[in-house]
Amino acid sequence: MAEQMVTIYVMGKPYEVPGDLTIMKAMEYAGYRFVRGCGCRGAFCGACGTVYRTKDDYRLKVGLACQEVVQDEMYLAEIPFFPGNKATYDIEDLKPTADAILSLYPEVFRCLSCNTCTKACPQDIEVMEYIQAALRGDIAKAADLSFDCILCGLCASRCPAEIVQYQVALLCRRLYSRHVAAEAPHLKDRLKEMADGTFNDEMDKLTKMKQADLAELYNNRDMEPRG
Amino acid sequence: MYTPELLELIKRVEATRERRLDEEFPLLSADAKQELLEGFHPDYKDEVFSELRVGPSKGERTPTEYARVFEAYSGLDPDGFDLSKVDFDVDVLIVGGGGAGAAAALVAQEQGANVLVVTKLRLGDSNTVMAQGGIQGADKPNDSPAIHYLDVLGGGHYKNDPELAKALVMDAPEALAWLEKLGVMFDKESDGTMITIHGGGTSRKRMHAARDFTGGEIMKTLKDEMLNRDVPLVEFAAVYELLTDGDRVTGAVLYNMETQEYLIVRAKTTILATGGGGRLHVMGFPTSNHYGATADGLVLGYRVGAPLQYLDTIQYHPTGAAYPEQILGLLVTEKVRSIGGQITNTEGDRFVYELETRDVEAAAVIRECLGRKKGVVTPSGQPAVWLDTVVIEKKLGEGAVKARVPAMYRQYERFGIDMAKHPILIYPTQHYQNGGLEINERCETPVPGLYAAGEVAGGIHGTNRLMGNSLLDVVVFGRRAGVAAAAQAAGIKTAGGLGLDHLKNYHAALKAAGVEPTNVSPMLLPEYRRAATVERKIELLA
Ligand SMILES: Cc1cc2nc3c(=O)[nH]c(=O)nc-3n(C[C@H](O)[C@H](O)[C@H](O)COP(=O)(O)OP(=O)(O)OC[C@H]3O[C@@H](n4cnc5c(N)ncnc54)[C@H](O)[C@@H]3O)c2cc1C
Ligand code: SF4
Ligand code: SF4
Ligand code: FES
Repeated sequence: MAEQMVTIYVMGKPYEVPGDLTIMKAMEYAGYRFVRGCGCRGAFCGACGTVYRTKDDYRLKVGLACQEVVQDEMYLAEIPFFPGNKATYDIEDLKPTADAILSLYPEVFRCLSCNTCTKACPQDIEVMEYIQAALRGDIAKAADLSFDCILCGLCASRCPAEIVQYQVALLCRRLYSRHVAAEAPHLKDRLKEMADGTFNDEMDKLTKMKQADLAELYNNRDMEPRG
Repeated sequence: MYTPELLELIKRVEATRERRLDEEFPLLSADAKQELLEGFHPDYKDEVFSELRVGPSKGERTPTEYARVFEAYSGLDPDGFDLSKVDFDVDVLIVGGGGAGAAAALVAQEQGANVLVVTKLRLGDSNTVMAQGGIQGADKPNDSPAIHYLDVLGGGHYKNDPELAKALVMDAPEALAWLEKLGVMFDKESDGTMITIHGGGTSRKRMHAARDFTGGEIMKTLKDEMLNRDVPLVEFAAVYELLTDGDRVTGAVLYNMETQEYLIVRAKTTILATGGGGRLHVMGFPTSNHYGATADGLVLGYRVGAPLQYLDTIQYHPTGAAYPEQILGLLVTEKVRSIGGQITNTEGDRFVYELETRDVEAAAVIRECLGRKKGVVTPSGQPAVWLDTVVIEKKLGEGAVKARVPAMYRQYERFGIDMAKHPILIYPTQHYQNGGLEINERCETPVPGLYAAGEVAGGIHGTNRLMGNSLLDVVVFGRRAGVAAAAQAAGIKTAGGLGLDHLKNYHAALKAAGVEPTNVSPMLLPEYRRAATVERKIELLA
């Protein structure tokens, strides 16, 4: 396959790169070696937020360098770090209410409902919706909606109200999981059994068992059906 | 977007789908598995390996790409290197900001230790954040640590250290409870019951998940907790060399990845939690690992005398993305198969049960492509087989793919492929380091003062790890390392002297073995710049 070359502008400087590369691979092709701005290379870590503009378009767009494919005449710069505010707290002391959110992040009040954050999110998250949910104290909804957040900071970088959405989201997920969702009853039971030493003898036997006997047990173990 | 040629091939997979819906595919017998592994798994191919000529595991073999980082000189010249100015003086130094490092740090600090976490990239940029599928733990009434143990041992070909495997399964309920209490958003029923599914090689449904961001959700929570508790942390700081007083590990040389300055840490105990080495690209395999997975911790530990265990076994994940090229090597989580996805060859026929252990599954895919020539070849020349994801929708209902594996769905959607409507192409990818530094159940390496936890350690999983046991390992042994390293540090009155004699000796051994001083390690970061650029690179800013 013949490579279609395109021109990209990395922080203003033009480079010819193959047109089917991601921004990250294109920058490496051009000669950049990442120290910042590159983590998982697979849309999990949020290290590679990038702001760019395309030809004849005044609008700024954002995306993940490890996911977006380059376009001809793309003007780009990575924002590998965003100095967003992070409140510190003891999760045990908090209640899953709007008050908890607003005492730690009062700026959530200032949300203008402009939806810029949602448009910016490379994970297609309804960012404004979860901020609004948090504001209403609907922690479960905020936790659910924000689940796929990778903390890339692109929403916050565009927010006119200077809200650090991803930190609010993480707080909501922790509040939900700690204080709203029911504790796993079977896990509690198992912890008690562990404390009582219920499995100790069986485990001792197994750890001393010869390989042939273990293999015998393993090959004939009963399997819980897959369905 | 699929090419017209690939779309044409997809029709064959579609043609067999109805028939496959209720088809039961048998598990392989123990003998058939062995034959398959010996024929097609890279771990069984002599040409993949080199014998180590120096160090504590001299005479043992590791993949050649690994041998190259062990048989390498340090970028530091131990003669005359100035260690006199100590920048950090701590009880416990934790190297690596992934899951194991974070767990160790939180626990060690709880025990009253002065800790310092140093990490090469940002806190959380790690393999942990990428784990999608889940975390094991025997916490359901039909399951028990003993049943879990048997799965771990059978999966690991009985090569596991029994005490380590026991620690893994016996600590599992507590580890899960710890995460639950910290506020990790596990998938649950409304009454709190954890939603658990099977994974490759499990006999019970004990895979707990946080949708398909399990490791991400755990990592984000641990990171948040570290920040809340103000755990001392230096990011973009790699440990380049450990320091010893001739006997114990007493600290480390840190390298500021940005300013290129070096810093000295003095520590009473040190925990290596540096993860794996996918970015060494054994045999040129693509990898699912994060950018910093360059096996540094193994090199650091090896140079101070910590032996390796089972570093001749690498886990190739059977389902790495083979197409499109932009995501080559990235993982297609095992969960896709757990919830019913089927693997087929180019004729649309299944050739292996989808939840065999990973080594068997990967070997079967390689055999289908290279041995039986029944694979697909992508436009870039990559061999591949189909993973029929559409069948999941048929079984679980429309929308199931997007609901159950949203990260996967989005990954493909970004490149114009709808997994709910079309199958995807997969091939094995270098995924996990089964072996590592030898440890005991307190995470002590044989070198005094040096601990290891997480993927950098070996022995827990024998020669093959099961999905979900690594996230568990990271939490269980990260916590164990934190407790043990803090306890030992508490008993040490004055920290030891700082020296690099071990490096002098290592260099001397390399020289005696005839190793040319061309290779330098630890690698820190892989080199992905175009060769043409690198060749013309000169360093003029003195
Ligand atoms: C794509 C993917 C999916 C996976 N899915 C699952 C799953 O579903 N279930 C499961 O159980 N397991 C899974 N695994 C495996 C599991 O995630 C890892 O084995 C585990 O998280 C490793 O944790 P760790 O803390 O040991 O290492 P990591 O999380 O990789 O952390 C290592 C840290 O050390 C740092 N570091 C490296 N070198 C240095 C140095 N020289 N100095 C300072 N810092 C350094 C790194 O930057 C990194 O922060 C998956 C792995 C991958 C890659
Ligand atoms: S960008 Fe900021 S102000 Fe606008 S909707 Fe989002 S959170 Fe509200
Ligand atoms: S919500 Fe914000 S931080 Fe999270 S993924 Fe979307 S843009 Fe990134
Ligand atoms: S490098 Fe992790 S999201 Fe792009």
